[in-house]
Amino acid sequence: MLGKLGLDAFHHDIIVLGGVMTMLLASLGIIALLTYTKRWKWLYKNWLTSLDPKKIGVMYIIIGLVMLLRGVADTLLLRAQQATSVGDSTGILTSDHFQQIFSAHGTIMIFFVAMGLMFGLINLIVPLQIGARDVAFPFLNSISFWLFAAGMALVNLSLIVGEFSAAGWLAYPPLSGLQYSPGVGVDYWIWSLQIAGVGSLLSGINFFVTILKMRAPGMTLMKMPMFVWSVLCSMIMVIFAFPILTATLAMLSLDRTIGTHFFTSDFGGNPMMYINLIWAWGHPEVYILVLPAFGIFSEIVATFSRKRLFGYASMVWALGAISFLSFIVWLHHFFTMGAGADVNAFFGIMTGVIAIPTGVKIFNWLFTMFRGRIKFATPMLWFLGFVVIFTIGGLAGVLMSVPAIDFQVHNSLFLVAHFHMMIVGGVLFGYFAGITYWFPKIFGFALNERLGKYAFWSWIIGFTTAFTPLYILGLMGATRRLDHYDKSLGWQGLFAVAGVGVLIILLGIGFQILQFVVSIWQRNKNLDSTGDPWNGRTLEWSTVSPAPFYNFAVTPHVTDRDQFWADKQAKTTAAKPHYEDIGMPKNTGMGIVIAGFAFIFGFAVIWHIIWLIPLALFGIIASVIIRSTDDETEYTITAAELAKLDSAHKGQPA
Amino acid sequence: MNKKSKIVIFALLSIAALGATVFLLRDSNIAVLDPKGVIAQKERDLIVFTTLLGLLIVVPVFALTFGIAWKYRESNAKAKYTPDWDRNILAETIWWGIPTIIIVVLSVITWNSSHELDPFKHLASDVKPINVQVIALESRWLFIYPEQRIATVNYLQFPEKTPINFHVTADAAMNSFWIPQLGGQIYAMAGMSTQLHLMADEPGIFRGSSANLSGPQFSKMSFVAKSSSESDFRKWVNGVKQSPQQLDMNEYAKLIKSSTNNPVAYYAGGEHKLYDKVIGKYMGPEQEMQGMSMYEMDHHAN
Repeated sequence: MLGKLGLDAFHHDIIVLGGVMTMLLASLGIIALLTYTKRWKWLYKNWLTSLDPKKIGVMYIIIGLVMLLRGVADTLLLRAQQATSVGDSTGILTSDHFQQIFSAHGTIMIFFVAMGLMFGLINLIVPLQIGARDVAFPFLNSISFWLFAAGMALVNLSLIVGEFSAAGWLAYPPLSGLQYSPGVGVDYWIWSLQIAGVGSLLSGINFFVTILKMRAPGMTLMKMPMFVWSVLCSMIMVIFAFPILTATLAMLSLDRTIGTHFFTSDFGGNPMMYINLIWAWGHPEVYILVLPAFGIFSEIVATFSRKRLFGYASMVWALGAISFLSFIVWLHHFFTMGAGADVNAFFGIMTGVIAIPTGVKIFNWLFTMFRGRIKFATPMLWFLGFVVIFTIGGLAGVLMSVPAIDFQVHNSLFLVAHFHMMIVGGVLFGYFAGITYWFPKIFGFALNERLGKYAFWSWIIGFTTAFTPLYILGLMGATRRLDHYDKSLGWQGLFAVAGVGVLIILLGIGFQILQFVVSIWQRNKNLDSTGDPWNGRTLEWSTVSPAPFYNFAVTPHVTDRDQFWADKQAKTTAAKPHYEDIGMPKNTGMGIVIAGFAFIFGFAVIWHIIWLIPLALFGIIASVIIRSTDDETEYTITAAELAKLDSAHKGQPA
Repeated sequence: MNKKSKIVIFALLSIAALGATVFLLRDSNIAVLDPKGVIAQKERDLIVFTTLLGLLIVVPVFALTFGIAWKYRESNAKAKYTPDWDRNILAETIWWGIPTIIIVVLSVITWNSSHELDPFKHLASDVKPINVQVIALESRWLFIYPEQRIATVNYLQFPEKTPINFHVTADAAMNSFWIPQLGGQIYAMAGMSTQLHLMADEPGIFRGSSANLSGPQFSKMSFVAKSSSESDFRKWVNGVKQSPQQLDMNEYAKLIKSSTNNPVAYYAGGEHKLYDKVIGKYMGPEQEMQGMSMYEMDHHAN
């Protein structure tokens, strides 16, 4: 009746139990709070069913930040294990548990933190920056978000019911095959990524179309803000890369559930094919994450230097070059497979070539600052931190692009230090900067600067402390994912230092949480009454803060790359606005329903609850049909109503 | 806190960090930077050279970043301010050009070193190489010396200044065979035979391990690699030949079981074609009957 699901799925050791308790208590706390303040209806009507990309964006970011806490908590356990499990001591975790934790850490950080924050910021800002009221497919956007949420829920459910994968964040077969991983862990991994991945692909299509079709009149491609360009490139990569992930996961899943032999070692299967395919998605994925961060920095550097972005055309070409090259470097993740010198050399050279457009971007940012008037607000600090860490990490990356060097550092902690410098220093710092920068536009008040700076410095110092030892450990021959090593190797001190680094990062996160709390508490001190708190350049700053649900009362016309800056320079007094009727999408809960069925489907496949699988599938199809027969998905705001709303937002009498 | 005391605190912190690092590293062995074999030596030189090449860009970038950030800070009203200056063909040509030149240089190095240090390439030497067949099992490494007709678990010995031709496979999940002080790694995959060619320049005891996550016993996948004089090696081989244990298929069946306790073990004689049989396990019956083994094919090709 329940497939493989039995009572033993709920047996946990004390540390997992601690995690489960924390999660349950936090959830109960939130439920209690919502019930006590009678906010359930408000939550459902104003947020969960909303098709407003700004609200969807905020929900993405909340999940991303909560998952960041989970990912960092995982890190703490990992480093605690590595600092104590030496010689005769076996530390605090079993091997299996340790391996589940680092697999979960990587999966959560990439798919639910980085992707979540990325899609969150894209949802918040892209429509505003292109002068649009919405995305191309508002309902699809809601489905994307809820599929993402369903994937996230599955990952976290694995903590309570059953186990998670112990095969690493990319689950290479044959280790992830049935023979070596007979439990449900890998299935949890597959289905949480599969469901979230479909959501990402749909989002990719959605924003690709949004950017191409919904720009304000006059905004040619070469007049788009750089963030929009970076998102366009990133979404094109999503559209090309994510189907590979979907197909690869599907084949692995077939191997595990119905006994096919795509990736088994025997019967003609080919695990090497899996490794090729997963990186044919995985490498572009890294650039999918980092390009929008580059875009954010382009906006921030120009704004806080009060100067036009230097080398706009160069920047666009660099983005294009990076996007293209990112699809022909995947083999550098496994030079050590023995593909032969010619193949390795080709992929090594292509990898080195990526450094050129990336370097160009850094020089362009520096020359945007050159002869500017730089204000060192928190977003700008994140940018400077990014330049330092990303450049050092990039140098390590260039080293590893040479196959003969890679042979000596591959899968060592040197590699771990490198990619954390790229993903934390590049991606995460970029998103932190973006959240700080655009916060007032979404909520109408700015974040506390002082606490933001404390958070920044804690992160920078903590990050350096946590990852410098890893470079050294890697060169000492320490491989990644070790849960135990000999005392005589002399690694313990460095692991302990790395652990201290994590604690300092945790302090930074503490400051960030405090920053949110204090900023909300004292919001009247940092109110953004002008809609333009940073002396911004692009269209999002031309509307009021918080941006109304229709974004712009009157669709802007664009003649300049930095339209809002140009308007401010020209000091044109706005003509009396001419309002027109606008159509906005109605709220709907169907996104939740569809993703709910997807969640049930995933759960049923994971636990082999056969009868539930067709039911869940039927539920998905039926919901889609019901939704598509609904003809009244929009409502109209008349010109008169809009005029009233607009005056109210601007604080003028109607 | 004024600016000066901030700088002093920063400097003190940096010195403390540096001191702590030196202290922690006082008697550690930075294996990759302390090569004991010709391959590791060349790979180390490559690391140093490429790092210096990269610093040609990194150092100016850091100098520019902090120089520009400081000079054009908001409070410095004397600095030039050109809010609309957003392009300069010459400048942009320079920063497309210089990195391109560096990457062209790096590409040449990449191409040449990929061929020179190809793990499948035999090492040039007057000394006759020794062959070792490596099988990664679920919790240990099995080393077979086909010419000497001996086998060992988690212990590898070889003569110094003698090329070692490793043939590497797995009868488990994928592992990666790595002895950092002798040279870079190669994957060990079931049903596949990869090769690695290394040589030790001097006697010594080196740590080897698996670099790729391979299951619950992954952390136990380390072994001792000992380089000795030719005569010591021969003595050692003769000693192992006295071992009462034979590595036949029964004994092998015991070895492939995952175990948390993996002592060093020695075997004399036993199944002659074990390495090929292990690879053959993963082949369909047709390939198995085709006669020539992967190991023999490698040898004929060479």
